[in-house]
This record gives sequence, structure tokens and C-alpha cells, in this order.
Amino acid sequence: MNTLEFTLVVALGSFLAGMLGSLTGLGGGVVIVPLLTLVFGVDIRYAIGASLVSVIATSSGAAAAYLREGYSNMRVGMFLEIATTVGAVSGAFLAGYLHTSIIAIVFGLVLLYSAYTTTQTLADPLPGMAPDRIATILRLDGTYPTSEGLKSYHVRNVPTGFGLMYVAGVLSGLLGIGSGAVKVLAMDQAMKIPFKVSTTTSNFMIGVTAAASAGIYLRRGYIDPGLAMPVMLGVLAGALVGAKILPGAKVRTLRMVFGVVIAALAIEMIFQGVRGKL
Amino acid sequence: MIRGDSDAVAGGKVDDKSVELFLGRLLRWGVLLAALVVFVGGVWFVVESYDVPQNYRAFRGEPAELRAVPQIVHQAIAFQPLGLIQFGLLLLIATPVARVLFSVLGFAMERDWMYVVITLLVLGLLVYTLTSRSGI
Repeated sequence: MNTLEFTLVVALGSFLAGMLGSLTGLGGGVVIVPLLTLVFGVDIRYAIGASLVSVIATSSGAAAAYLREGYSNMRVGMFLEIATTVGAVSGAFLAGYLHTSIIAIVFGLVLLYSAYTTTQTLADPLPGMAPDRIATILRLDGTYPTSEGLKSYHVRNVPTGFGLMYVAGVLSGLLGIGSGAVKVLAMDQAMKIPFKVSTTTSNFMIGVTAAASAGIYLRRGYIDPGLAMPVMLGVLAGALVGAKILPGAKVRTLRMVFGVVIAALAIEMIFQGVRGKL
Repeated sequence: MIRGDSDAVAGGKVDDKSVELFLGRLLRWGVLLAALVVFVGGVWFVVESYDVPQNYRAFRGEPAELRAVPQIVHQAIAFQPLGLIQFGLLLLIATPVARVLFSVLGFAMERDWMYVVITLLVLGLLVYTLTSRSGI
């Protein structure tokens, strides 16, 4: 393919990935790396660099809409950012030393987990829990708007959440993804933060985490402008269109379809990684 | 007493909210500006080299002038298409950094010094990864 064809095809693929990612809430980043490596034969290091950039674009691009709703908890986000940024630096460091086949296999396993989360419906934690000592010291408890007015919540299990966030950061830095699935796991399941608060706070965190590893990837020469350009523009445009058509979309069906696509890509990534082809 | 408390909470909420709304707009404009720069550089790049075969199968790594902030800025000022794209990507990477920077100010205005320190830690790490010479 020449530059013109390659740019257009990659932009179109990234547009679809961005649109599906925003409609399903899974983010476009998870499918960019498999798309570029498996379909377009791009080296996984270039693919990860381009994906990281697109992750920042969707996170910052969506922030305006999320912030308007008033769900995100800045203290929870910033405190956990210490864990995710340190994790992202560790992950980006690891990426320079691990064989690309191992990165591909880890990527496949994380994709499988993301596919699994599409089958789960998250329930808000039960109200009336006692405050947690560490959360109180760190002033993490907050309120969020509901149809019955402001509702308060207590944050639990801070050390577990912090540890999981470090893992999310490592995966983000190693694989060039937002690790939204792991972040939501840490906040919903471990820290018992209401679903809407955790998803909006996670959106903010994804951009900061990705920025921490993007600097290292740039310095290492993994971010290629000719490749990152169509990926970033495509994903961003797709995410904006996705957010526009979201109210009328059949999200449940889409999540199922996207889950199956992700699972198929995951198995292919693992297969190619084991064969040493990536 | 109760009334006073809820007023204080509501007042704090409005302040938080207006800061967040401002941040949201700032981020959106930052992303749009970055996308515009990337787009201009991209169109130029494609026009200049549209029939060159693309191959990202082999990893070569970027040349030095597309890897570090000062060199990228230099390339962008010289109107090199790839340098322009890379500069747009730098603007994009700067958007979450700007958000963290403004959060430091926001927490300082609330006199929440614990969170000023926490946020400065995050900001320091971000600035370090972007400017460190070693690339870690």
C-alpha cells in the first residue's frame, strides 16, 4: 500500500474502533493495537505508540461532557493517579525489555478480560456502609447527583484499590491502552464507588496515565507521526460521532457484538504471539 | 446550623463545578487544536509522499529529531510535515498535563494542602517523563 491508501484505510479502521469504543464504553484503544498488528502488519511497538496517543485524545475529548454531569471525584482520581502514573512508567520501562511475543500474549489476555467484562452488568454498592478510616483521612468520600438529589457514598478498601490501579498503570504503559476495565474493577468492585462516579473518574485518569507513558514512548522513538496521525484523527472523530448517536443506540447488543470481536482478536493475538509472529 | 452547612456545601459545589466546566472546555479546545495541527501536517505529509510504499512491519525507531521536545518544536517551526504532526501530538499529550496543573491551582484555592502535594507529585512525574534526557 502507498502512503495515501494506507493513511485512508487506517483512518477508517480507527474511526470504527473509536465509534464502537465510545458507544460501548470500552474505549477505542483496546482494538487499535490488534487492528494495526493483525490486519495491517504493523510492528507492535509502533502500534502501541499510536494507540497511546489515541487514548489521550478520547479521554481529553470526552472530559467536557463528563465534567458537566458532576459525577467525577477529583480527589479519588488524583490520589489513585499516583499509582497509575508510577505503574505506567514501570510498564513503559518493561516494554523496552520484554520480547514482543510476550507483549502480544499479555495483550491477548487483557483483551480476553475486557471481552468478559462486556457480559457483566455492574451494580451500585448497597448504601449505608460505615466510613473507612483511610478514606476519611484522605477525604475520598463524596456525593453525586441522582434523581432524588445529591447522594453521598463512602470509599472502601483504599490499599486494594491503590494496588489494582498500579496494575492498571503497568498494563497501560506496557500495552498502550487505557486499561479502563481494570480501573473500573478497582473502583467498583474493590473501593465500592458508585458506577457513574467510577466510569467518569476513570475517563479522567486514563488520559493522565497514558500521558505518563507517552513521554517515554516518544523518547524511545515508538511514536511514528505517519502512523499516529490517521489513528489519532480516526479514533477522535469516531468517538465524537459515537457520543452523538449514543442516546438512540442499542448499547446492550453493541456491547455483546464488540465483546465477541474483542474475544476473537484476543485469541488471534495470543496465537500469533505464541507462534512468535508479532 | 443545618441550613448554613448545606449552603456551604452548595457554595463549594458551585466553585468545584465552575472550575471543572472551565477545565472541560480547556481540554476540548486543546484536543481540537492538537487535531487541527496533526491534520494540517498529515495532509501535507500525504500530499508530499502519497505514492511512497508504507511499511511498518519492521521496527526502526524514529529519528532523533522526532523524539525529543526541543527538536520537535524546531522541526515544526521549520514547517516539516512530520515535525508538525509530532508537534500536534505533543499538544495532545499536554492536555492531561494541563488538567493536572489546573487541579493543583484548584486544590490550592480550596486550601487543601494534602491534595496540592498529591497533585504536585503526579505533575512532577508527568513533567519528568516528558523532559528526561535518558528516556528511562
